[in-house]
Amino acid sequence: MHKVYHRIEQIAGNVITVTASGVANGELAQVVGTLGVSLAQVIRLDKDKVYLQVFAGSRGIATDGQVRFLGHTMDVSFTDALLGRVFNGSGQPRDNGPALDENRIPIGGPSVNPAKRIIPRKMVRTGIPMIDVFNSLVESQKLPIFAAAGEPYNELLARIALQAEVDIIILGGMGLKHDDYLQFRDTLEAHGALSRSILFVHTAADPTVECQMVPDMALAVAEQFALQNKRVLVLLTDMTSFADALKEIAITMEQIPSNRGYPGDLYSQLASRYEKAVDFEGAGSITILAVTTMPGDDVTHPVPDNTGYITEGQFYLRHGRIEPFGSLSRLKQQVNARTREDHRTVMNTMIQLYASFKETLEKQSMGFRMSAWDNKLLKYGARFEKEMMDLSVNIPLEAALDLGWQIMADCFEPEETGIPSKLVASFWPKKTA
Amino acid sequence: MSQKSGRVVAVNGNMVSIGFQGNVAMNEVVYVLSKGKRLKSEIIRVKGSEAQAQVYEITKGIRIGDEVEFSEEMLSVELGPGLLGQIYDGLQNPLPEIAEQKGFFLESGVYLRALSRSKRWSFSPQAKPGDILRRGDCIGSVPELHFTHKIMLPFDFFGEWTLADIVPAGEYGVEDAIAHVRDQRGVERELRMMFSWPVKRAVDCYVERLKPKQPMVTKTRIIDTFFPVAKGGTYCIPGPFGAGKTVLQQVTSRNADVDIVILAACGERAGEVVETLKEFPQISDPRTGRSLMERTIIICNTSSMPVASREASVYTAVTIAEYYRQMGLDVLLLADSTSRWAQAMREMSGRLEEIPGEEAFPAYLESLIAGFYERAGLVLLNDGETGSVTIGGAVSPAGGNFEEPVTQATLKVVGAFHGLNRERSDARRYPAIHPLDSWSKYPGMVDAKQVEEARDVLRRGNEVNQMMKVVGEEGTSIEDFVMFLKSEFLDAAYLQQNSFHDVDAATDADRQTYVFAKIHKILHARMFFPDKDAARRWFLQLTAVTKDWNLVLMKSPEFKQLEERLDGMLAEVLENA
Ligand SMILES: Nc1ncnc2c1ncn2[C@@H]1O[C@H](COP(=O)(O)OP(=O)(O)O)[C@@H](O)[C@H]1O
Ligand SMILES: [Mg+2]
Repeated sequence: MHKVYHRIEQIAGNVITVTASGVANGELAQVVGTLGVSLAQVIRLDKDKVYLQVFAGSRGIATDGQVRFLGHTMDVSFTDALLGRVFNGSGQPRDNGPALDENRIPIGGPSVNPAKRIIPRKMVRTGIPMIDVFNSLVESQKLPIFAAAGEPYNELLARIALQAEVDIIILGGMGLKHDDYLQFRDTLEAHGALSRSILFVHTAADPTVECQMVPDMALAVAEQFALQNKRVLVLLTDMTSFADALKEIAITMEQIPSNRGYPGDLYSQLASRYEKAVDFEGAGSITILAVTTMPGDDVTHPVPDNTGYITEGQFYLRHGRIEPFGSLSRLKQQVNARTREDHRTVMNTMIQLYASFKETLEKQSMGFRMSAWDNKLLKYGARFEKEMMDLSVNIPLEAALDLGWQIMADCFEPEETGIPSKLVASFWPKKTA
Repeated sequence: MSQKSGRVVAVNGNMVSIGFQGNVAMNEVVYVLSKGKRLKSEIIRVKGSEAQAQVYEITKGIRIGDEVEFSEEMLSVELGPGLLGQIYDGLQNPLPEIAEQKGFFLESGVYLRALSRSKRWSFSPQAKPGDILRRGDCIGSVPELHFTHKIMLPFDFFGEWTLADIVPAGEYGVEDAIAHVRDQRGVERELRMMFSWPVKRAVDCYVERLKPKQPMVTKTRIIDTFFPVAKGGTYCIPGPFGAGKTVLQQVTSRNADVDIVILAACGERAGEVVETLKEFPQISDPRTGRSLMERTIIICNTSSMPVASREASVYTAVTIAEYYRQMGLDVLLLADSTSRWAQAMREMSGRLEEIPGEEAFPAYLESLIAGFYERAGLVLLNDGETGSVTIGGAVSPAGGNFEEPVTQATLKVVGAFHGLNRERSDARRYPAIHPLDSWSKYPGMVDAKQVEEARDVLRRGNEVNQMMKVVGEEGTSIEDFVMFLKSEFLDAAYLQQNSFHDVDAATDADRQTYVFAKIHKILHARMFFPDKDAARRWFLQLTAVTKDWNLVLMKSPEFKQLEERLDGMLAEVLENA
């Protein structure tokens, strides 16, 4: 029923051009090349010229290749049979299971009406003091881990995912190393979580166009589960690979780049994915934890920079630790007033003292004499790093707050901390000596 | 409809090209008919028999040959009673009603009327038959919540009009005829309570623009005391992500001493708007005792909503602000973030393949930014009253670097600059407005000389701190060291303010004047300390007591007690003691 076109007029990058009529923007097509059949998507229409990006890439496509339009836009099957399965960026199985075709839902759908959102109020406990105490994670939050290449970001992602109380975990892998993909799968399996997980995985060896589809695919499925009252956690790693895939197509389409080759709509593109994180009024929720690797360890690089403006904070992973500076949970104040009355004060005071410690460290490195105050700060900083920041620490929030008071009491007099006197009266540990 | 007709000939992102016959106007609203939906769009370029339009919706599904309908109207907003307390998208669609009709998602092609057609308003006529009227003149009023909402001669009724007849006091809907007017040639026109105005054109029905002088109190100490904003003025808040732009705007929207606040949530997070729209109805406005929502209008076009309507949203917001200004009210417009608006223009300029300027922003960026802020102002109205629109815009510079086109273009035109600083926010020194880099051209409410002296302490304290990094504490004189401690004290005890504490979050004008006088006295005092450690200990203690002081109500007994403690502490270290 759909017309087949046999003449490909232009092939540039992963984009092909055919002359056709009656085609819709965003429509899917099947392209047959010498290396097999691939899906392609209409990305621009100009009179009778149709531009398509080919998911498997243009390699092996000849000018006499076949293009058949499918009459619908990109979609994905939504069923419970997705659970425990692994797919690629085109939605094809990556495991040995059967392809799924029932109940197809479009991907990249409209955004949620802000009037139908609710204020998130549920803290997600992770057992990591740098998160629970200083930057609490909240259900429905969108939050990336900023890290340089080589940092253990995927391990951290998996650890939080397994510790969080959620109904469904959806992994969107982009540009993943094959080993990392297997590691994720095995970790989920070992913890008995694979049966409530769905994996959409694009590996570094797969065509880049498929990389672009992964977040939409993962989030469309997540949205359906959330509407069915499920609490869904979506893991997206690595969003920098996703942005690079966007850059590649923008350059092929000769768009004017805005910053280091990235297209001017990078912000909107990232936002339309991250904004899928939601707490639905009267239904479930989507929490998004992502990874944004920072080329050259530079937060001002366009990808982390635009991401930081979109997400509700970030965990800054550096030298294997979550840095207190640069890390932020913008939703923490939604939850940390109702945990324990000293939570906010411990959080603010310990960070301010740690900032003073850093200054002292600088002075010390320049060889200045250390004052009595400096020595107190040095003692404090060392303990803070060892007992709070180290990622091997795994204790509940309340224990971490108690520990915070203990460290401060071991290092300072109460008034040196600037803590309001009321809280000092009820929380400052009594001297044991 | 006219004989105009058009069809889609190209689709590129959110821009379509239309082949048309007949006449087409720049900025005319057109509808692309796609799959049974009407997708609102705006003509942004005309070339021969082809025009480009930005589509205010996702363009997925549009085909070559899809029909285009012409409205013969420019993008406009509805003005009339019923705007207060509303939550609109960038095109003035009421979001709660869309949610009621369509559920969770913003389907494309759904447009609802901004003003309720079923609601009745209690109209009292004021003008009398025979009265000569000019545009903007008041013909009557209706109570809208606790405001007297003036019903005015529509702003596009140029020239002189004579009132022919007017209805008696009673209940009317916004579309009911309430009066008739005649121009000099005898042409008669009907008046309703509602009319529309094209958003991209400034409302200019006033006698003259006046110089903004009166401070708009925000209850944020560092702003009101050090970098004040005047009613009718403009200011900007640039800052890297996470530095506190949104929180600062949120507290300002609660506490600002104005009649009406319009929040333009422009291309940022939906969640932040949700906080406002769920919390404001619960919070009471200390000025009126009514809910804060009653003085607020939210224009919400967040980051995942269509980019073209983001571009329109700031204009929608400022037009509504001007409308209430015409009633003699003080209106504050807060836009978060103007950079997203600029980016929306950049996206469209790119699709039009215009020659790009710096960072691919269009060459006309500066003039559009200037034009937007120029819509702020204090004006003398026809009836002798004044009204004002104050604009505060957040700016989100790429990489946190202020040397970028949007920040630079904005700094050229605003009256105050509240620059947020990454080091300060990292050190949790909120609000992270940089006390040395920021500036304001407006007069404040605190004695200017004392403020200058306090800034001088900050400057000198900063110099000492820089010097100490080179020569160390031991190489610093005790006088210099005390200067440094004084500047740190001023910072911690006065400039920093906890936005999440009930009392500390809002310091009114009286309290600021009172507390600042005390702080100034401390800064001014000549102090004696035996050594630096003693000085540091004393200042830490002083800071702790002052911070406690900030947390108690001014009329509470603790306020007096803590003040006495401060006085006592100061007496201990005075040089002549
Ligand atoms: N005045 C303040 N008091 C306390 N915390 C603040 C303040 N301003 C900002 N913060 C903290 O910083 C976070 C980011 O602030 P936000 O205003 O959202 O930044 P921006 O809009 O500049 O990206 C907030 O979620 C909050 O945790
Ligand atoms: Mg913000």
